Amino acid sequence: MPESPAAVFAAHCARRELAYPVDAAGRPQWPPRVRASTWRVSAGLGTVYASTTARPRDGEPYDVSLVDLDEGFRMLSRVAGGGRIGQRVRVAWEEALPFFTPAGDEPRAT
Amino acid sequence: MTLRGTVAIAGAAESDLGEVGPGWTAGDLMEQASLRALEDCGLTVADVDGLAAAATQLPMASVSLGEALGIDPRWTDSTQIGGGSPIAHLDHARAAIAAGLCEVVLIAYGSTQRSVGRARASLQEVDPYERPYRPPLPVAAYALAAARHMHEFGTTPEQLAEVAVAARAWARDRPQAWSTGPLTVADVLAAPRVCDPFGVRDCCLVTDGGGALVVVGAQRARDLRRPPVLVLGAAEAHSHRHISSMPDLTRTAAAISGARAFAEAGLTPADVGCAQLYDAFTITPILFLEDLGFCAKGEGGPFVAGGTIAPGGSLAVNTNGGGLSYQHPGMYGLLLLVEAVRQVREEGRDVVLAHGNGGVLSTQSTAILGSAATA
Repeated sequence: MPESPAAVFAAHCARRELAYPVDAAGRPQWPPRVRASTWRVSAGLGTVYASTTARPRDGEPYDVSLVDLDEGFRMLSRVAGGGRIGQRVRVAWEEALPFFTPAGDEPRAT
Repeated sequence: MTLRGTVAIAGAAESDLGEVGPGWTAGDLMEQASLRALEDCGLTVADVDGLAAAATQLPMASVSLGEALGIDPRWTDSTQIGGGSPIAHLDHARAAIAAGLCEVVLIAYGSTQRSVGRARASLQEVDPYERPYRPPLPVAAYALAAARHMHEFGTTPEQLAEVAVAARAWARDRPQAWSTGPLTVADVLAAPRVCDPFGVRDCCLVTDGGGALVVVGAQRARDLRRPPVLVLGAAEAHSHRHISSMPDLTRTAAAISGARAFAEAGLTPADVGCAQLYDAFTITPILFLEDLGFCAKGEGGPFVAGGTIAPGGSLAVNTNGGGLSYQHPGMYGLLLLVEAVRQVREEGRDVVLAHGNGGVLSTQSTAILGSAATA
C-alpha cells in the first residue's frame, strides 16, 4: 500500500518542510489528494486571505486564518499574534505543526 | 422537459419546537411532524409511497422515518447535504413524482440538539489538516467569510447586526419563536463575542424541533384540503467541503442554484416579495441576497441597513424570525420551507423563494414556490 497523503505530509513536517502535492499540470492541490503523486516543498511564504479570532467561553482567544501560499494553495492555519488580511507571513514550527508568523514586507517568492 | 409547476406541497407542519425535554428523540419529532403534515392535507400514512429525510442524529433518516410510520416506500432519499437538505429532497421528490417512481412523498426532519447538547447531536468530521488549529466549526468558517466580505466591500458589524434585528422584529408576533424580546443594533454589537466579527446574536439558535411536508403531483394537490403550493423551480449546487477549498469566500454557489431555479420558474428576483434565506449567521442572508440577485455583489450590507428586510421593508426576509430568532434545530431547512408555504397560504403571497445552505457555505439549494395563480 502507498502512504496516505496525510502520512506523506506528516513525514515532511517531521523534517520541518511544508509540503504540498501537485497535479499532472503542476497545479498545487490542497488539501492533499490521493491522485497527486508528486510533492513539492513550499518556500513557506504567504499572504493572509482571511482571519478570525475564536473566543471560547472557557479559555484564551486564538487566531484562525486562511493563508494563501505563494506557490498557489490556501491552507487553514494560525498566525502568531493574530492574522490581518493582506499581511505577509512566513511558516514557523511548533514541534511538527506548521503555523505562521508575520514576515514584514518580504516580497513574494514566486 | 420542465418540472415547473408539476408538483405541489400539499401538507406542511412543524413538530413541537424549542426544548422538548428528556426522552424525546429526533425520530419522535419527525413522526409527530409527519402525522401533522398528513392531517394538514387530509392524506394518511397509507397514501405515502415515497420518503425523504436527513437528520444529524439519524444517519439513515428516511429509513428511520419509514419504520416509525410503518411505511415500506417505493422511493427513498436520505441525502444529507447539511442544513438545506430538505430543499434538495423537494427537488429530488418532484423528479421522482414526475418520473412515476412514486406519488406521495413525505419529507421530514427532526432534531433534539438542544436537549442532548450540540456535541452529541452532530458528527464532527476529523480532518488531519485543519484539526490541529482547532477551528470552531462551523462558526469559524462563516466568520472568515464575513471578515473577507468586510475587507473587500466595507461591510460593517452594524450592517451584520441589522440582519439579527430584522429577524427579531419578525419573530415578535410568532408564539412559537424562541427569542422575542426587543433587540437593537447596539445590543447585537454588545453581546458576548464568539468568533470575530460575530457575537452570540450573530449566530443561530440551538433548539429542538422538526417539520414535515407532503409533496404530490399538482393535479392531485388540487383535490386535497389545503390550497396547493406549487414548486415553480428548484436547484442544488455545491462548491467545496473545506472552507480552505472555497474558491472565493464572498461568492457562494447560491449564484448557481438561484440562477437555475429562477430560469426554470421563468421569474427574476423582481418577482419575489418574500424570501426565506438560511440565516445560520448574520453574514449568510447578506451573501444570499447578493448571489441570488436581489442586489449587486458587495451591496448586501447597505441593502439590509435601514430595515429593508424587516417588517414594513421592501423585501420580506425570514418572516418567522429565521434561525436567528425563531428556531434552529440543528438544520433549519425544513422549518424554512414550512414558513415559505405559510406565506403563500396565509399571507397571500404569490411567489416565495426558499434558500438553504449547508456545511461551511458548501451546499446551496434554492426552491421557488408559487400560489395556484402562478401555474
